[in-house]
Amino acid sequence: MADNPAPEPRYQADALIAEDITAYLEQHQNKDLLRFITCGSVDDGKSTLIGRLLYDSKMIFEDQLNELEADSKRVGTQGGEIDFALLVDGLSAEREQGITIDVAYRFFATEKRKFIVADTPGHEQYTRNMVTGASTADLAVILIDARKGVLVQTRRHSYLAHLLGIRHIVLAVNKMDLVDYDRDVFENIVEDYKVFAKDIGIEEFTAIPISGFKGDNITTAPSANTPWYEGPSLIEHLETVEIGNVADQARSFRMPVQWVNRPNLDFRGFAGLIASGEIAPGQEVRVVPSGKTSRVKSIVTLDGELDRAVVGQSITVTLEDEIDCSRGDVIAAADDPPQSADQFEATIVWMSEEALLPGRGYWLKLGTQTVTATVAEPKYEIDVNSLEHLASKTLHLNAIGVAEVTTERPITFEPYADSRTLGGFILIDKLTNATVAAGMIHFSLRRAQNVHWQAIEVSREAHAGLKNQKPAVLWFTGLSGSGKSTIANLVEKQLYRMNRHTFLLDGDNVRHGLNKDLGFTEADRIENIRRVGEVAKLMADAGLIVITAFISPFRAEREMVRKMLPEGEFIEVFIDTPLEVAEERDVKGLYKKARSGELKNFTGIDSPYEAPLEPEIRIDTTAMTPEEAAAFIVKKLIP
Amino acid sequence: MQRLTHLQRLEAESIHIMREVVAEAQNPVMLYSVGKDSAVMLHIARKAFYPAPPPFPLLHVDTTWKFRDMYALRDKMAQKSGMELLVWHNPEAQERGINPFDHGPLHTDMWKTEGLKQALDHYGFDAAFGGARRDEEKSRAKERIFSFRTATHAWDPKNQRPELWNLYNTRKAKGESIRVFPISNWTELDIWQYIMAENIEIVPLYLAQKRPTVERDGLLLMVDDDRFPLKPGEEPVMRSIRFRTLGCYPLTGAVESEADTLEQVVQEMLLTTTSERQGRAIDKDSGGAGMEKKKQEGYF
Repeated sequence: MADNPAPEPRYQADALIAEDITAYLEQHQNKDLLRFITCGSVDDGKSTLIGRLLYDSKMIFEDQLNELEADSKRVGTQGGEIDFALLVDGLSAEREQGITIDVAYRFFATEKRKFIVADTPGHEQYTRNMVTGASTADLAVILIDARKGVLVQTRRHSYLAHLLGIRHIVLAVNKMDLVDYDRDVFENIVEDYKVFAKDIGIEEFTAIPISGFKGDNITTAPSANTPWYEGPSLIEHLETVEIGNVADQARSFRMPVQWVNRPNLDFRGFAGLIASGEIAPGQEVRVVPSGKTSRVKSIVTLDGELDRAVVGQSITVTLEDEIDCSRGDVIAAADDPPQSADQFEATIVWMSEEALLPGRGYWLKLGTQTVTATVAEPKYEIDVNSLEHLASKTLHLNAIGVAEVTTERPITFEPYADSRTLGGFILIDKLTNATVAAGMIHFSLRRAQNVHWQAIEVSREAHAGLKNQKPAVLWFTGLSGSGKSTIANLVEKQLYRMNRHTFLLDGDNVRHGLNKDLGFTEADRIENIRRVGEVAKLMADAGLIVITAFISPFRAEREMVRKMLPEGEFIEVFIDTPLEVAEERDVKGLYKKARSGELKNFTGIDSPYEAPLEPEIRIDTTAMTPEEAAAFIVKKLIP
Repeated sequence: MQRLTHLQRLEAESIHIMREVVAEAQNPVMLYSVGKDSAVMLHIARKAFYPAPPPFPLLHVDTTWKFRDMYALRDKMAQKSGMELLVWHNPEAQERGINPFDHGPLHTDMWKTEGLKQALDHYGFDAAFGGARRDEEKSRAKERIFSFRTATHAWDPKNQRPELWNLYNTRKAKGESIRVFPISNWTELDIWQYIMAENIEIVPLYLAQKRPTVERDGLLLMVDDDRFPLKPGEEPVMRSIRFRTLGCYPLTGAVESEADTLEQVVQEMLLTTTSERQGRAIDKDSGGAGMEKKKQEGYF
């Protein structure tokens, strides 16, 4: 233990402020910005460290300080001395209020730089919070308690920081005061960490022995207690580390188009945030995915035109030629455009209480593009503590896995390692609109440009024209035993008599062939419906009236099929039979088996049925005979 | 190599957020309170959509008790920006004559909190820009940039979405709305510096001038018009004062100051030893959780 704590500096502003405010402001105005994340738990002294940074950089006002001093005496853990943790620790308050423990953003500045700190809890159950905080950080401060050394959580934090593409890692070996500022303790920890860091691909890191509580090596180094330390203080390092966007500026130009600015017929500007590189009038650009090229005419701002703009700026550009370009497109360097693809391998961090459903359609948002995407069963899940690969069929809250992602149409992307903007995506649940996952693209599994979606000369209109009918998919949905197959059969017979070309797909015939590899788990049911949807779509392309009879219990999957088809061709037919009635009928004796537990995942019993909200046709089987129902449906289809 | 300054990065981020809302929301609006943060937000909006005017209206949820200087600047800025200005007065508050002198917290609750909800419902806005910043107060450090509200405007702290990179999920069900805070990451100093760098017009009340004042409950209040009921023996005193934040004049405390240029204001701010919101009565309602509670009720 050090004999005397460092004297506490009372709030004292920069002398320049009082002497020459103009000079001070000039200096401040030209500061750049570093965003960093602190990784560690309360036990590592993380809150104390952040409180210390705010305090030492004079971000704490007297009223806050007075409050802090009072709180420190009342509830502090530092024996009446100022407990910096109280400045930033909202944890107990959060628990009381039931708020999800979260990412807090804090701000401070030194003479050289401005900082935004993402402060996240370090425990494993907050992996998603740390991932969120890390996604915008240029640097990560990984805290280690000098008494404990490299722990499982140190590995987890380092892995996550590296996964999110943070280039600068600081190993802050804290609580040096509690190990008598022992050099060997520090060096052993650094050696330990080096071995592990190399394993996960961290080539470089900066290790600093500190005491957040006492203030050693925070603002100046070496502190009197660590004369053996030759590196920078934590603040010095944060002030001088190279900021990420310098590297991004050297890369090829890319700007996802956010919004097309058309105030009048004479002006058409493309607005966006430059993701990499730089741009100047006259420069040749290519619009992806169309591939059309043009030259930049001007970079327009409220304060006049710019000669040049660089990564990180939000700009509006006009082009020399009238070419198609809208939100979701990427304007890129003409000689080095990014690729487009519709199948990727990606690392996915699951952030929702509801687990990943492989095969289900989610919204995928990447840059300014939003498309429907499905995620396959993970190739493996990563144990964030041991970094072992585990077999897994899904991903639960806070799980990280590697999986194939397929988008319904090609998207423009870059590997995450090259571009956070064009390589990072979120997945959104289509029903709840919640953000359920974050993903980072490794590479595309096939280049979309190699798949030739040639316009086939015999078009779907031609197919339908020959049959003299309008194609449609009559999608029957309802509980087991509701009467779907019976009514569907009658509908097909009637249509046949009317010289219509039809085909009936039902659970029994598809399950024996096309989908015989699928069971009845939620994931398999989704895949079952997806395949049936695809087949129905091909048949509709061929001009047929397709009739399907599947329980298809989930709204999201029925919506997925609806979206595959042109507007108006998907007709949802809800065979509405109350559960008691269907169970009473129990034609195949399935309800009985389900009730006895012999049959698992049975819709209506131990698996949910989500009734259609606005079906095109609803049949109340308690009020109509099957024949009446069939006639009613045919009449709706062909008035 | 061109290095962006922190202000350039903050501005670019704010512009990006505003454009994202315009691209994805059906019917956005900008809440305009005429304060310095609103001034910055409006200025950034003009930059974001130039040469078009910002493609959304300004909404002032008025209490009828703002400083006269604020009303003057409000009308001027609406005209300058070419945006439609919507002013909302809660009809019920108007009818009942709710005022800060007689009704205490009910005044803010009815005019601002209820008024805001009414206005958003009335016009069917599904996204509203607000000028809140994360550095203002402890409870705001965790506020998202996109904050989701239920159809009844409730803020459910357990149901906010993670915000990764600069990817914002703006999807919502019918009836739900979003409050969007494009200057979340700005600090008070950033705001001042930007105002100076960009020459943004702000309400003169931010600069010191001799003004008629009375002292009440530890607050220095300005007697802005003759609706101010003086207590027996109370006599307005001319003092050189300025305001650090602006709200309803009977609720906003002034500081005594000689700073009559922006530089001097910033100098005082940096040398001062108390945090910004101290002059505002609203935080003191219901103890430390005042703002938190207000937020859940729908005040911002």
